Amino acid sequence: MEYTDKVVDHYTNPRNVGKIEDASGVGEVGNPVCGDIMKMFIKVENNIIVDVKFKTFGCGAAIATSSISTEMIKGKTIEEALALKNTDVVNSLGGLPPVKLHCSVLAEEAIHEAIADYYRKEGKMTEEEIKEKCNLKEHHCEHCEG
Amino acid sequence: MDTIYLDNSATTRTDDEVLKAMLPYFSEHYGNPSSIYKIGRENRRAVEDAREKVAKALNCEPDEIYFTAGGSESDNTAIRGIAYNYKKKGNHIITSKIEHPAVLETCKQLEKEGFEVSYINVDENGFIKLDELQNAIKPTTTLITVMFANNEIGTIQPIKEIGEIAHKNNIIFHTDAVQAVGSVRIDVKELNIDSLSLSGHKFYGPKGIGALYVKKGVQFQKFVNGGHQERNKRAGTENVPGIVGLGKAIELAYENLEEHNKKIKELRDYYVEQIEKRVPYIKVNGDKEKRLPGNSNISFRFIEGEGLLLNLDLKGICASSGSACTSGSLDPSHVLLAIGLPHEIAHGSLRVSIGKYNTKEEIDYTIDSIVEIVSRLREMSPLWEEFNEKA
Repeated sequence: MEYTDKVVDHYTNPRNVGKIEDASGVGEVGNPVCGDIMKMFIKVENNIIVDVKFKTFGCGAAIATSSISTEMIKGKTIEEALALKNTDVVNSLGGLPPVKLHCSVLAEEAIHEAIADYYRKEGKMTEEEIKEKCNLKEHHCEHCEG
Repeated sequence: MDTIYLDNSATTRTDDEVLKAMLPYFSEHYGNPSSIYKIGRENRRAVEDAREKVAKALNCEPDEIYFTAGGSESDNTAIRGIAYNYKKKGNHIITSKIEHPAVLETCKQLEKEGFEVSYINVDENGFIKLDELQNAIKPTTTLITVMFANNEIGTIQPIKEIGEIAHKNNIIFHTDAVQAVGSVRIDVKELNIDSLSLSGHKFYGPKGIGALYVKKGVQFQKFVNGGHQERNKRAGTENVPGIVGLGKAIELAYENLEEHNKKIKELRDYYVEQIEKRVPYIKVNGDKEKRLPGNSNISFRFIEGEGLLLNLDLKGICASSGSACTSGSLDPSHVLLAIGLPHEIAHGSLRVSIGKYNTKEEIDYTIDSIVEIVSRLREMSPLWEEFNEKA
């Protein structure tokens, strides 16, 4: 399966590339060994994600999923952003080749990590509560574990 | 936008002269070479003419050449055919870690079938470790198969020395020369080669045709059962247009070898030099001297190869990468890992393979494009940011 026009559009002209210096939360997932790292910066005001930026090391699909997911959570509430599933990201790109589906999972995880970081900085929840609310997962990768 | 084709190690454009030589064999000369009537006999002659041309290019006898459907089939036939034929003598095969999948996967399959295979390491430039090869030899070793030149990093192996080691130990030596034929002068006698695979489309010939050289006296089991074509070693009506094209292509390649190589090497050296000058934090992979004239393989740190390829594609530039995303697995190229590159640097590799149709203008445009894209992708890369923050 080839990349859809939407994927091509997003890796050619990625939206929201960069960093937020005074970010409310930063999430980084992936590993250089595996060939993908996504770093997501969010700015939260009154429970709304008012700004979001990303930096990604990875393939075309990794760049495109990062780009579109920043668009999908910008202006949304934290809860709405947490509800975003990797399948939503895939669907909004018009599909991804099967071997690239993990990129969309990374995008979802990067958002969750950034929100978890925000909660940690806020200091209102225990780590356990944050983990549960943000559905944080352990990173699984044969290279990193091997 | 015109296509700038810099993936000549993947395949090449069929030379117009080759195509012209082939065309009559689709239409007026359509006879089956095994038929006794005139249009059959004429095609038999065309096939044997092509065989002579291939034999001449390799300095062997025509009846040591077998036509196949390409490089992969030649590798499969030689390795399986020789391994099985000499099974009574032994079941051990030696190869290298940087072979083409046509060799590696055949060896893995043979392991499943009860053979034992040693995979020899290479050094940081991609040369096989000869002492390790020597030490791997057992009384049961019947075959050594090591590629002539590597498809990703272009390193040319010490073929003559490997052949010497093999022959001193009464072992058959096969080489996958798919990348070398048409780019390097090859004399199978001088280089101690017992068996060699080649593929037409790598040197401006058509796809779907290859050849296998097997020295007289070396036995191998047939791979395709059926009729008695190719001296009863490869059944199936001969691909006459393909064979004619292969013959023409190999003849043209060696007629003009030095002239083409000089031009190709100049362009390659210019490309590498400019990239080294204009892009920081890169690594040129493979040996500087003993490498294919058109091959370059460069790792761009902090970026991933597929992103680079896709952006080059948007500018009409065709190249390839050893990143995991282009290999279809989680791992980057086995060749780049074997020469000791860390995963993250192997992911950022770009192979540009230059051919006889490329021009200086195309290379200049490509260099400018790479400089621009690499810088853009680095700006996007968290690894680049981290690196600069530390610095």
